Amino acid sequence: MLDWRSTAHLCMALVALLAAGLVLPGWANFLLVIALSKGLAALGLVVLLRSGLLSFGQGLFYCAGGYGAGLLMLWGGISDAALLVGGGGLFALLIGVATGPLVAGYRKIFFATLTLALSMLVHGALTKADFLGGTDGLNLRAPTFFGWRAGSAGENVYALYAFASILAVALAGLCRAHFGSVRGLLSLGVRDNEIRIEYLGTSVRRVVFENFVIAAFLAGIGGAINALALSHIDPELAFWTTSGEFVFVAILAGQASVVAVFAASVLLEVVRSWSSQYFPNAWQLTLGVFMLAVILFLPNGVGALLRRRSRPSVEADAK
Amino acid sequence: MTPILEVKSLSKTFGSVTAAADINVSVKVGERVGLIGTNGAGKTTFVNMVTGYIKPDRGTILLQGRDITGQSPRYITRAGVCRSFQIPQLFLGLTAEENLVVAIGIATGRALAPHASPDAPDTRGAVEDLLSRFRLGEYRHRVVSELPGGVRKLLDIAVAVTRKPKLLLLDEPTSGVASEQKFALMDIVMEALPDDVTVLFVEHDMDIVSRYSDRVLAFYDGRIISDAHPSVVLSDPQVKSYITGAAN
Ligand SMILES: Nc1ncnc2c1ncn2[C@@H]1O[C@H](COP(=O)(O)OP(=O)(O)OP(=O)(O)O)[C@@H](O)[C@H]1O
Ligand SMILES: [Mg+2]
Repeated sequence: MLDWRSTAHLCMALVALLAAGLVLPGWANFLLVIALSKGLAALGLVVLLRSGLLSFGQGLFYCAGGYGAGLLMLWGGISDAALLVGGGGLFALLIGVATGPLVAGYRKIFFATLTLALSMLVHGALTKADFLGGTDGLNLRAPTFFGWRAGSAGENVYALYAFASILAVALAGLCRAHFGSVRGLLSLGVRDNEIRIEYLGTSVRRVVFENFVIAAFLAGIGGAINALALSHIDPELAFWTTSGEFVFVAILAGQASVVAVFAASVLLEVVRSWSSQYFPNAWQLTLGVFMLAVILFLPNGVGALLRRRSRPSVEADAK
Repeated sequence: MTPILEVKSLSKTFGSVTAAADINVSVKVGERVGLIGTNGAGKTTFVNMVTGYIKPDRGTILLQGRDITGQSPRYITRAGVCRSFQIPQLFLGLTAEENLVVAIGIATGRALAPHASPDAPDTRGAVEDLLSRFRLGEYRHRVVSELPGGVRKLLDIAVAVTRKPKLLLLDEPTSGVASEQKFALMDIVMEALPDDVTVLFVEHDMDIVSRYSDRVLAFYDGRIISDAHPSVVLSDPQVKSYITGAAN
C-alpha cells in the first residue's frame, strides 16, 4: 500500500490543485479538466506500456466512459457527477472485460492494430446509431455534486475541476503504488520475457488481460469526466485521432513517473489552445512539430526530467 | 518408491530430423543425473519435452506417477518441475534483485495481489536467502542486461528454484563460463540446492559430469546409448567413439 510519505505527497498535490483552480480563470480550469481526463486515459496506456503493449484503441474506452455517463444521465435520469463518472468507468471496464480475452492473445503490432480496429468498429457503429444521435452525438445537462447544483457556469467548471482533481490524484496514487508493487514488477517481467513468466508458473495472458481492464477503467473514468465537462458526447471520442493523442501523451510522459503523465497531458492541451489561438488551422502541423521535438530532444519523455534518482547508467559502469 | 520422473517411449521428429527416438528413463528421487551428448543429440529436446515447451509425438512422461505429457509449461511448473535455460531467460530490464522478487512473488501468489510491497518481510527474507545462497549479493542492484554471462547463468537457476521444485532441469549451466570457473559455479549451485531435489543437468564438460552426477545419460542421435554411473558411461566404447572422442 501507499506509505505515509506518498500519501502526504498526494494530499499536498491535491491541495495545490484545488487552490490553483481558485485563482486561475475559468477557461484555464476548463482546460485542466480536459487535461486531467485525457491524462487518466493516457495513464491507462502507461499501465499497458509497462507490460510491453501499445494500444491504438484507448479511445474506445474513453468513448465508452463518455457514453456510459451520458446515457445514465439522459436515459437513467441520474445527475450526480460521482454516480455518472463511476458508472462510465464501470461501463468501460465491462467492455474491457468483454474484449480483453480476445486482445490478450496478441502482441506488438497485432495488439496495436486489433485495439485500433475495435475502436474504429465502435466509432463506425455510433455514427450510424441514430437513437444515440449519430455523428452529431448527444447533448448533456450540467451534473449535480452530491446534491449540490452549481449556480453559474464558472462554479460548475470549478466543481468539475475539483472533482476531477480528487479522482486523478487518487487514481494516480493507486497507480503509483501498483507500479511499485510486486504485481507492477510482474508487468515489467511480462514485457521482458514471457517464456520465463510461464516457466515460473503464471499466465502471461492473465497479466495482459488484467492490465487491459485497468487501462479500460482509467480511460472510462477520463471519458466520463470529459463528457460532463463538454456537456456533449459524440463518436469522435472513439476515433483514431483521439487514441493517437493518448499514445502521444503516454510517450511524451515516459514510464518513469505518474505525475509526468498529467504534466504531459496539460502540456498538450496548452499547446493545443495556444495553437488554435495563433495558428487556427494548423493544429495538426503544430502537433507534428511538437511531437518531433519531443522525440528528438526528450526520447525518454518528460518523466525522465522529473525523476530524481536514476539507476547508474551503462556508461558510468563501463569506465 | 515411485520414481520422480518416468519417461516411456518418448519420440519427437522435426521434419526429417529425429530429435528423440524411443527414450525410456526412470529417475529416482534425489538423483543427480548428467545428460551428455554431441551438439544436436537431443538433450535440449528431452528437457523441452519434460517441461512442456514442445509436445512429444509419442510416449508418456510421468511425474511421481502423474501423467504430465503434453501439458503446458505453466502446468508442469506448478506440478513441481522447474528449469534453467541454455540461454538464460531473465527479465533483462530489471535488476537481479527485482528478477528474484518477481519469481518469489509468482511462487507465493503475492505477485497477483494488486499492491503487495516488494519490501514485505517475507519477500525480503526470501530474496536475501537466494542472493546469499547463490552468491549474487554484489550484483543485486545491477540490471541483468549488464551482468556477465556466468552471473546470468546463476541468476537463471536462482530464479528457477524460487518455487522449490521437486525436479530441476538445468540446460548447460556452465556453458559460456570460463573453464576455470565452471567448478566454482557448480559448487555454488549444488550447495544451494536441498538434498531432496532431483537434478538433471546437461553438460559438455566430462570433468564436471564426473564430479557432480551420480548417473549419466549419454544421448546420441535422439537415443540414449548409455545409462549408468559416470565412470561406467565414460569408459563405454560407444560413448568414447561417438561423444567424448577419447581414444583410450
Ligand atoms: N524447434 C525445433 N525445430 C526444428 N528442429 C529442431 C528444433 N529443436 C531441435 N531441433 C533439432 O533437433 C535436434 C536435437 O536438438 P537439441 O537442441 O535437442 O540438441 P542438443 O543435444 O541440445 O544440442 P546442443 O548441445 O547443441 O545444445 C537437432 O538436430 C536440432 O536441429
Ligand atoms: Mg541443447
